[in-house]
Amino acid sequence: MSPLLEVDRLCVDLGSRHGSLRLLDDVSFAIAPGEMLGFVGESGAGKSLTGSAVIGLLEPHCHMTGGRIVYDGRRIDDLPDDEVRRLRGRQIGAIFQDPLTSLNPLYTIGHQLVETMRTHLALTEAEAISRAVDLLEETGIQGAAQRLRQYPHQLSGGMRQRVVIALALAAEPRLVIADEPTTALDVSVQAQVMALLRRLCRDRGMAVMLVTHDMGVIAESCDRVAVMYAGRIVEIGPVRDVIQAPAHPYTAGLMGSIPPMTGERGRLVQIDGSMPRPGLIPSGCAFHPRCSQGWDRCRIERPDLMAVGASRSACWLHDPRRTG
Amino acid sequence: MSALKAASIETSPLVEVRNLSKTFVVPVPFLERMIERRPLPLVRAVDDISFAIERGQTLALVGESGCGKSTVARLLVGLLNPTAGGVLFDGQDLSSAFAPGRASPQRKRVQMIFQDPYASLNPRWRVADIVGEPLVEQGWLSGRLALRERVAELLALVGLAAEDAGKLPHQFSGGQRQRISIARALATNPEFLVCDEPTSALDVSVQAQVLNLMQDLQRSRGLTYLFISHNLAVVRQISDQVGVMYLGRIVEMAERNALFSRPKHPYTRMLLDAIPDVTMSGRLRQPVLGEVPNPLQPPAGCGFHPRCPHANARCRIERPMLKSIEGTLAACHAAEEGRLP
Repeated sequence: MSPLLEVDRLCVDLGSRHGSLRLLDDVSFAIAPGEMLGFVGESGAGKSLTGSAVIGLLEPHCHMTGGRIVYDGRRIDDLPDDEVRRLRGRQIGAIFQDPLTSLNPLYTIGHQLVETMRTHLALTEAEAISRAVDLLEETGIQGAAQRLRQYPHQLSGGMRQRVVIALALAAEPRLVIADEPTTALDVSVQAQVMALLRRLCRDRGMAVMLVTHDMGVIAESCDRVAVMYAGRIVEIGPVRDVIQAPAHPYTAGLMGSIPPMTGERGRLVQIDGSMPRPGLIPSGCAFHPRCSQGWDRCRIERPDLMAVGASRSACWLHDPRRTG
Repeated sequence: MSALKAASIETSPLVEVRNLSKTFVVPVPFLERMIERRPLPLVRAVDDISFAIERGQTLALVGESGCGKSTVARLLVGLLNPTAGGVLFDGQDLSSAFAPGRASPQRKRVQMIFQDPYASLNPRWRVADIVGEPLVEQGWLSGRLALRERVAELLALVGLAAEDAGKLPHQFSGGQRQRISIARALATNPEFLVCDEPTSALDVSVQAQVLNLMQDLQRSRGLTYLFISHNLAVVRQISDQVGVMYLGRIVEMAERNALFSRPKHPYTRMLLDAIPDVTMSGRLRQPVLGEVPNPLQPPAGCGFHPRCPHANARCRIERPMLKSIEGTLAACHAAEEGRLP
């Protein structure tokens, strides 16, 4: 199946008076319809920024300085603003972390849903309302008709996130960017919201780009996962392969640092130090100062993604020409 | 006499919480109050809870947002005053130690680590001032040289460099800031640390660093921890005893292995089932019913009954008390009656 979204060698720079800083460097990936691709990494690795670049919502001082973003066979990164706006919402939906800030506190849930639908679809007020009720029911909200008259503050956190999901899906987008959709929620509600997203992805053939720092959420939901470090993808592949046999030392460290729920309790694997800030990224492989397996080459030469089984990993350990 | 006293100190727990309660009054606008003529609504944030922590052990309190776990932490360090009940620390009542304006010797034995290392450090203070503050404030150490030496010693203890003392908080990453918080908490050589979600704001790799550090410090200094968290995997990693809280009450209290391998309360089981499986062993998350009810209108009877698959008429009317069931304490009629599968 041809991919719905193709990101090719994406670079994003932050321009400031003192020059520019590279925030995203050479990020490439593709998502097929009905596929959920997870992005994982520590804060500041560039996962949310990648999502923002795809929907054309980069912060004022950030600019795309290289690469292409192709949606459904059409390049979208160089479109004029009004065309991007039409694409966003209609074709590409977005779900953000904090459900309270993504809803307007001054309007009822119903008003916001109907407005979104009528902006993108040719519907009458009555049609839009009945669709809004259907949508809310689909996201598991009971008594949807009454809920339409309520304001965001009258709903609980889990309910709000369902409304945000309903809003993102209102115009039946084919691609959804979900940026930490469950981070602000309790674990019991988190399970409900992830089950909902998975079901919608399967039933509607929707492509989902899921940004999260929680490997557990990735493990249970995604088809493939991209691990980001210091603005680059360091490993990408099928979830099972990446989780059970991580090819990059950073991924291995990340997995080892998660406290286990079964088996003996031992000391956690720890990756010493912290991720470098933009502008202070070391030469060669950005992870080399924290890597236990690095050698001279890692300090000088930067590895690109190389095939390792079904995954690809940016680590010289997997260089096919490596000898010894 | 003194031998007898020494023996009783050896065996008595370091921290004993007895029937602790905290009720908050919810503010309602004056006009609304006059029109509706109703008493001010009360929230029982912490409702009659008791527990004890042995020396050198870690008790973890776990629960979802709004269950009252952070209020317990604040009550224990004197940031809030209890509505009823009290805390015994090393056999003495803590409330007198926290009376304002007194530098009691008890006070320096209890310290706290906060959740958000971005909010709990003054951005305009240098690290040396932040870490040294408890010492200066209580007059336990004076003289610039002695202070500087002590700060350097504390920074080394948490894995920071002595040069870091001259830096400001914004020059550090989240994990390093939490190390500064820990150094500050250790400044007075406390025996008991109250840790309110100390790793929740951190990335998982940094969380591992902080958890390892906390365990090393516990081993080398014989520290006693109260560890508040919503993350069961973290709790399993660090605790000896675990208390599960729901709507201000402890619904289950057990030794760590017992709680994770044989949970008794349906809420504990639900929490354990709701954790995503990182190892991809094929276990599916159980769909969880409903959400935590509004604490302003808690359900009658057992607070968990609207979400509980095993609730019956008794659960809707009579509130269950903590009872010992196969070695663990659980507040559940169904578990007590043997109705649970």
